[in-house]
Amino acid sequence: MIKCKTSKEIGGMGHSKKRKEDARFIQGKGNYVDDVKLPGMLHMDIVRSPYAYAKIKKIDASKALEIPGVIAVVTGKDLEQYNLHWMPTLMSDTQMVLPTDTVMYQAQEVAAVIATDRYTARDGKEAVIVEYEQMKPVMDPFKALDEDAPVLRSDKEGKTDNHIWHWEVGDKDKTDQIFDNADVVVKQQMHIPRIHVASIETCGCVAAYNKVENHLTMYMTTQAPHAIRTVIALVAGHVGLTEEKIRVISPDIGGGFGGKVPVYPGYVIAIAVSFLTGAPIKWIEDRSENLQADSFARDYHITAEMAGTKDGKIQATRFKVLADHGYTDASANPSKFPTGLFSIGTGSYDYGAAYMEADAVYTNKPPGGVAYRCSFRVTEAVHAIERITDKFAKEVGKDPAQLRMDNFIKKEDFPWASPTGWSYDSGDYHAGLQKAMDAVGYDELRKEQLEKREQGKWMGIGISTFTEVVGAGPSKNFDILGVKMFDSAEIRVHPTGKAIARFGTKSQGQGHETTYAQIVAEELGIPMEHIQIEEGDTDTAPYGLGTYASRSTPTAGAAAAVAARKLRAKAKKIAAYLLEVSEEDLEWEPGKFFVKGAPEKAKTIQELVFAAYTNHPPGMEAGFETTHYYDPPNLTFPSGAYICIVDIDSETCDIKVRRFVAIDDCGNIINPMIVQGQVHGGLTQGIAPAMYEELIYDEAGNILNGTFMDYLVPTAVESPNWETGHTVTPSPHHPIGAKGVGESPTVGAPPAIVNAIVDAVSHLGIEHLEIPVTPFKLYKKLKEVGYFK
Amino acid sequence: MKKTITLKVNGTEHTVDVEPRTLLIHLVREILSLTGSHIGCDTSSCGACTILVDGKSAKSCTLLAVQANGKEITTVEGLATAEGLHPIQEGFHLNHALHCGFCTPGMMMRAIELLEHNPNPTEEEIRWGIAGNLCRCTGYNNIVKAIQWTAAKMNGSELPSTEPEFV
Repeated sequence: MIKCKTSKEIGGMGHSKKRKEDARFIQGKGNYVDDVKLPGMLHMDIVRSPYAYAKIKKIDASKALEIPGVIAVVTGKDLEQYNLHWMPTLMSDTQMVLPTDTVMYQAQEVAAVIATDRYTARDGKEAVIVEYEQMKPVMDPFKALDEDAPVLRSDKEGKTDNHIWHWEVGDKDKTDQIFDNADVVVKQQMHIPRIHVASIETCGCVAAYNKVENHLTMYMTTQAPHAIRTVIALVAGHVGLTEEKIRVISPDIGGGFGGKVPVYPGYVIAIAVSFLTGAPIKWIEDRSENLQADSFARDYHITAEMAGTKDGKIQATRFKVLADHGYTDASANPSKFPTGLFSIGTGSYDYGAAYMEADAVYTNKPPGGVAYRCSFRVTEAVHAIERITDKFAKEVGKDPAQLRMDNFIKKEDFPWASPTGWSYDSGDYHAGLQKAMDAVGYDELRKEQLEKREQGKWMGIGISTFTEVVGAGPSKNFDILGVKMFDSAEIRVHPTGKAIARFGTKSQGQGHETTYAQIVAEELGIPMEHIQIEEGDTDTAPYGLGTYASRSTPTAGAAAAVAARKLRAKAKKIAAYLLEVSEEDLEWEPGKFFVKGAPEKAKTIQELVFAAYTNHPPGMEAGFETTHYYDPPNLTFPSGAYICIVDIDSETCDIKVRRFVAIDDCGNIINPMIVQGQVHGGLTQGIAPAMYEELIYDEAGNILNGTFMDYLVPTAVESPNWETGHTVTPSPHHPIGAKGVGESPTVGAPPAIVNAIVDAVSHLGIEHLEIPVTPFKLYKKLKEVGYFK
Repeated sequence: MKKTITLKVNGTEHTVDVEPRTLLIHLVREILSLTGSHIGCDTSSCGACTILVDGKSAKSCTLLAVQANGKEITTVEGLATAEGLHPIQEGFHLNHALHCGFCTPGMMMRAIELLEHNPNPTEEEIRWGIAGNLCRCTGYNNIVKAIQWTAAKMNGSELPSTEPEFV
């Protein structure tokens, strides 16, 4: 049980308060972007390329323009007149808004049709005739580096190959030396496939430009409204749309998971058309467009190696990555981190040498490289370290749990300096794994496994003990397009003691309206029910970098606590004045200050706030409001110990998850119910890439599963009953000791599942299986090792 | 071109002119302005648009508006009454069965019909029963729990705890 400092009525940290935001969602009163309806609003639909790589010979819009209700058809040539046909990506690469001559991936935007309603816009889209001259696409990232591969980004002056960047970290010489002399070296190649966040709400916007006021209101499903406002100003400033004339409103968001961080061409086209016509333009993509054209996640080809002693001490790791970025690097990473936080890949283990390198290439696939509920490429790193650790355990003949226990960083060794440069803040890895092992009955399971094998039955136990890195970030290292990654909170307490607090982040289901209120309640003692939370309107909320990468609690949550403490300090001064004592004589308990030794001499927070407006001390500024911009001193390092148990049918290769126990440590917990909910959801988004999801392309560049008919988002049937628990190791540098949790389960679950599946069939000679592990893939592998004829 | 249809939505009769191709979800959302039902896909896979048509749960993106002529429709907006929330709404709220809320209306409408046919569903029956509705946020655990809670509430049996359970 978590001990709470506040009463249930105040509802500060640790209380499983029911969510404040639910009321509107359960009654159909949410306000998502497609619910926005403005007078005179026009609808936009987008003509997309059927080919992965082709020259555009001709775009004939005449038939479309004959349809009553079709207002305009916009092409790249039209945008070129305003220099709006290209835009920068978040990684300082360039991306077409609409092409003027070449399409670079299937489903790329080719032209936009503007019409009076949704159906007519679709009619217009069908009537636009585009003539293409097909070219042979480059789909294989390895072949993209061949000398005779066509140079895809010929728009870039002097570009002679498809290589985007090289990145490396760690001590190469030291690592190589350990590898050269090690007792044991294991190596595994693995692909972390291209997947899609597939939030149930797709992306969209209503761009409403007011010509008279020269003002744009942009309703948009964005996880980072403030950053988007700045990006719009940077892209459109030259046509007179400067930042004070732009208001971005991010309404309720139907799931984000990273896919709603980037700027997609549709947004820019909608803004451009609204700017030119003066009419509000609604653009809502359909699911197939969303899956086929919006940012993908992952697509890392990794070679992981581990060196160690024969008795199972890990000594060094080496990772080599080839990253397939599609036709442009449109990743959503902090600027200085082209591979995101992949360098967390040394994991939870105590060793001193690691070297990692990555190369990124262009191919004829859609751009992206966003997170899929993961903090900047941490999933890829964790998959690599947790798979290779299992392989190492197997090689040295040790139980994978014991090997992990033997190699964990000890809790007294924090802060711990990782060989790739991180300073892990805190953790108790041994306690987490022990708790998970006790919950599943680990030793009994191993006995059962042996008995089952004798009967020809396959069961496997898989472990993943991961370290996450979230909460970007310290502004000395972390920025997006130059804007530092701090975040903000503004608290205004009204004279009657009720408050509104606004933030630079933006919830997409995480429950900020509840948890932020709990943080403020914890610090100020005002009941959380009386604290209204607002986010997502750039005209009213303080500037912040948004919600992704599990950063809201580490950054804006910290800002809330610090801002509330500033106000409490003011309340203390007022209390001293009203009670006619010195501040040193006062003591705080949630909700009031009282005189030490005389608890009857007290002033409640409500009385003190009222006094700030009605009877404040001479010389003090009136009012009870403040804002804080929080710049974290370090990231936070949540961790977890996950154990998965699978049963596999030895005839059909059907894989069934029998149990899955997830022990998370995200530091101090604001709301156990919400944290658990986040873990449940993250685990389902962990089993998804482990067993079901992958965006598949053929050699001609066609996507083979670009709809919900064949892109397998798990249903309640595929998703097992998750069992969760936690250990609590507070972050020492975070104001409320919290760490962030939304993504841990998505990061930690896939290797636990795959390790379990491999464990179930390891006695048949299988050492590795690529995700998603499907029954057919397992069957093929068993055929390869000669088990099936 | 347009057809005139009459239908009852959440107890109110509407007579509207629609194109024969208009999907029922677009009639509900755009003509009747009941935006609680959502659109999450274009292949009838996600169930975000699920409503009740003559008491049966239906994906309203898969029906034409003209097919609803003469029918009685209930959307999420029609669930709460003057007496308060529908038990399924209460169940979802108390059991934290929603995060972003986008799939929630469709999921609840589906659950209502499920419970009508099977007032005491097992966990497995619930999971199969909502397999036509996708949720990307919750991992389904608490949706199952919410439906079990609602079943108990509607049956008048002892209500299960709505506190989170940990190992």
